[in-house]
Amino acid sequence: MNIKHHLDEATLVSYAAGSMSQAMALVTACHLSMCPQCRERLAHSEAMGGVILDALPPAEVAEDSLQKLLACIDEESDIEAVLLDRPDINRPHKDHSDKGIPTALGDYIGGSLANVEWKRIVPGVYFHDLPCKSERGGVSRLLRIAPGKAMLPHSHDGNELTLILQGSFSDEIGRFTVGDIADLDSEVEHQPLVDSDVDCICLIATDAPLKFSTLLGKIVQPMTGF
Amino acid sequence: MENKPPGEDVENVVAMPSMSNRLSGADPDWSEMLSRLAESKDKTLYIALFRHFAPRVKSYLIRLGLVDTVAEELMQETMLAVWRKSHLYNSNKAAASTWIFTLARNKSIDLMRKQKYPEYDLEEWQEEPDHQDNPCEQGVISDRMNSAINTLPENQAQVIYMSFFEGRSHADISDRLGVPLGSVKSRIRLASEKLKTMWRDGV
Ligand SMILES: [Zn+2]
Repeated sequence: MNIKHHLDEATLVSYAAGSMSQAMALVTACHLSMCPQCRERLAHSEAMGGVILDALPPAEVAEDSLQKLLACIDEESDIEAVLLDRPDINRPHKDHSDKGIPTALGDYIGGSLANVEWKRIVPGVYFHDLPCKSERGGVSRLLRIAPGKAMLPHSHDGNELTLILQGSFSDEIGRFTVGDIADLDSEVEHQPLVDSDVDCICLIATDAPLKFSTLLGKIVQPMTGF
Repeated sequence: MENKPPGEDVENVVAMPSMSNRLSGADPDWSEMLSRLAESKDKTLYIALFRHFAPRVKSYLIRLGLVDTVAEELMQETMLAVWRKSHLYNSNKAAASTWIFTLARNKSIDLMRKQKYPEYDLEEWQEEPDHQDNPCEQGVISDRMNSAINTLPENQAQVIYMSFFEGRSHADISDRLGVPLGSVKSRIRLASEKLKTMWRDGV
């Protein structure tokens, strides 16, 4: 995997702060799973949260807080505690799911892209909505586009994140392959064209509805909720 | 639910918490203590960590808009997670304050959205870069960060504050402050880049 397109600095800060919608956080977490460079950048953004936390004026905690916790801790044996919180026991291990599907997404689609039930928008273009909460009428969905097909040209009122899970596309910005993320805001109008010989599958999230600039787009929009 | 949506009752003009009179050099090494807690499960270490972090975690949760009783309960859950998950803590990757911040953040999101915060995979997809450009003690990074935050211009400190302590998205901050989305993002970018540069260069 040779990732060329990364998360915007402002997106990383928003993820670290926990202040982005569930839909946007899912795409961000999936790119982070695939990209060691952005993970290292995130560590610095999260350190910002740690430093500010440490500098906050302390609030008053209930008198019996500490006693309650110590009693709780006494009740659990160490072994139980370790078992309860081992992530690899609670979650299906990556080996059991598709290669290339981050766990955060796998949790929503039964661990594999093969399980996804696609709906057709127009010939060669399919989508599957995810149950993640978005904001301001934004979307959280998987998109599958056949080779040679293009997404409808559109621009945004807000942020849009698109992560490539399979195949590739090119648009006005460049070429996007597996692991790459297009992190765009309202300044950009683009029309991604699939240039791989397999279907291109992307995970997308927006925090506002997309604005289509063609008549076809305007007609299709109400039907797809894009 | 008695908790309010984040920041609903917060005034438009935010007051930055004062961080200037903190004597960072005098603090115990919390990260080292948390690492030792993982190995020893020593309750005296846990009590010391609780006394320092519990009131700050609660302060953070109240700032997010949770009422006192909910903040108290969530603080207790967070501090219980500190005990239970200490074996997952790695002092080479994060300072104790950073790790505890992420625990509290995830707890608050899980509660307010009733959806689990999407986390990235712990196991590696690709090799981590073998060397860091500037291998640096996490504690040193924290100290540098602390003084760096105090030097940010007001409008940059404000967007950082609104992100971390009011849980506001870029679009929400843009509405609140009446500035375009692009400007909100560039303020956050500027603040973040500046903090990272100051870290690297040792302020
Ligand atoms: Zn990246």
